[in-house]
Amino acid sequence: MLARAFQAVPRPVRGWVLPVLLLLLWWAALRWQWTTSPLLVSPLQVWDKALSLLSGGEAWAALGASLRRDLIGLFIGASAGLLFGATLGLSRWSERLFGPSFHTLKQISLFAWLPLISLWFGLGDPAKIAFIALASFFPVVLNTFEGIRATPPELVEVARVLRFSRAQLLTRVVLPAAAPAIFTGLHLGLIYAWLATLGAEYLMVAGPGIGGLLVDGRDHFWMDQVLFGVILVGAVGMALNTLAAIIERRALAWRGRSAGLF
Amino acid sequence: MSAIASTAPGDAPAAQGTVAAAPPRWHALARGGVALIVPALVGLLWWLSAEHEWIAPQVLPHPLEVWRALQEAVVSGALWDNLLISAWRALGGFVLGAGIGLLLGVSMGLSPTAKDYLHPTFKAFAQVPVIGWLPLLMLLVGIDEALKIILVAKAAAVPVALNTLKGIEGVPTRWVEVARIFGYSRAQLLRHVVFPAALGPIWTGVRYGLTHAWLALVVVELLASSEGLGFMIVYGRQLFQLDVVLAGVVVVGIVGYALDRGLAAIEARLGRWRREAF
Repeated sequence: MLARAFQAVPRPVRGWVLPVLLLLLWWAALRWQWTTSPLLVSPLQVWDKALSLLSGGEAWAALGASLRRDLIGLFIGASAGLLFGATLGLSRWSERLFGPSFHTLKQISLFAWLPLISLWFGLGDPAKIAFIALASFFPVVLNTFEGIRATPPELVEVARVLRFSRAQLLTRVVLPAAAPAIFTGLHLGLIYAWLATLGAEYLMVAGPGIGGLLVDGRDHFWMDQVLFGVILVGAVGMALNTLAAIIERRALAWRGRSAGLF
Repeated sequence: MSAIASTAPGDAPAAQGTVAAAPPRWHALARGGVALIVPALVGLLWWLSAEHEWIAPQVLPHPLEVWRALQEAVVSGALWDNLLISAWRALGGFVLGAGIGLLLGVSMGLSPTAKDYLHPTFKAFAQVPVIGWLPLLMLLVGIDEALKIILVAKAAAVPVALNTLKGIEGVPTRWVEVARIFGYSRAQLLRHVVFPAALGPIWTGVRYGLTHAWLALVVVELLASSEGLGFMIVYGRQLFQLDVVLAGVVVVGIVGYALDRGLAAIEARLGRWRREAF
């Protein structure tokens, strides 16, 4: 009976059922005053707050500052990660030397670095960027390393038979073979960088940023601002994810064709 | 096994030779020794720079100081108390979150209808990281244990649910078809085909879940707590006792490492039947 009711709803609508129900619940809680807590704000209030923050420019300033930190940190962390990961992957000696240390360090909970970094770099942008870079560094290294190590030995043998130079081997065989794993690493790095941006802004409140927006709302008990901040965080995360997925698909489009040839 | 490491043409056969032959014990020992070179050098540099005060002790305390802080925390019992509290929170939140995640993942994996209804909301919910939920939950439930448990549970639930879903969806259709031909009942199909096939990804999800739970716990304790390992670190920072901070970081790292190793060992144990099957 119930199952049939569930299946009667057309598929594209189904995903909206739960959010609409939650929204209704929210509205009902206000309408019949289930709680008198000032923390329960109406959806309209959140909307108004969002509009005023957006038109007032505060939200854009916060967003811009957060994104700037995020991207700079990601760029530094990912570049260092690519270099280090490639070194580990290409040379057995460097793996033996640095691998175990790296695998141990990577186990330290990311945010445990924050107090240390804030003591070393202060509370300003350098500390935040250093933390974001560190956050994106680990997944990029790991995936680059594993991607390079997973290059099929047959491909390398063929390249040897064809007398590829070391540079040729690297650019024509190893890197293309490792590309999907490297992109996975970069994608993970992006996700971690965004997480770290928020964490850094949240723990080291200084200057504008989405984290600052959230902290500000919490300290003043402005639930509408907090909710808007949470939505903003989710939206940016989703946008970054989608963007990365599109770039990844584009960059790896050639693989689909070559796989079809075999 | 040997991929690219030995790109120099000369040493390729040698490398393969050592792989093929059972490596003698000194070989493993030598490898362990090589692994220790870098940490030893870094430690030596740390020691020297602290000894000669190249770096101010407020920035990098003497390694002995860190060791002493660690010892003190162990002797006074503070470390043990904090560790116990953190472990308890992490475990409680993880069990709750993994349970919810499994339930969500299994129901979304087995029923496309459930997936249609739940997946978009779940995805939106998962999109906001733990730190994003923190201020909201702080206003809603305060900064008591409930906050920590809920956030740790959220952190654990997302990877478990996602991997369970992927695992169940990834069960080869051919196997299900074979089971149908054999006239398996739905329960048999689940018990003998779907779950064994999905076990690998589900376990990966559980492993990620535990790692994420630990990560989330440290964050929450750093931000809103008056006890626990994270608090120990924050407290040390506020008093500019960097030795305590470093000691806390070391302990957090060791626990994270131990958790991951423990799960890997269980995985190796649980996965044994796989090799027997083929």
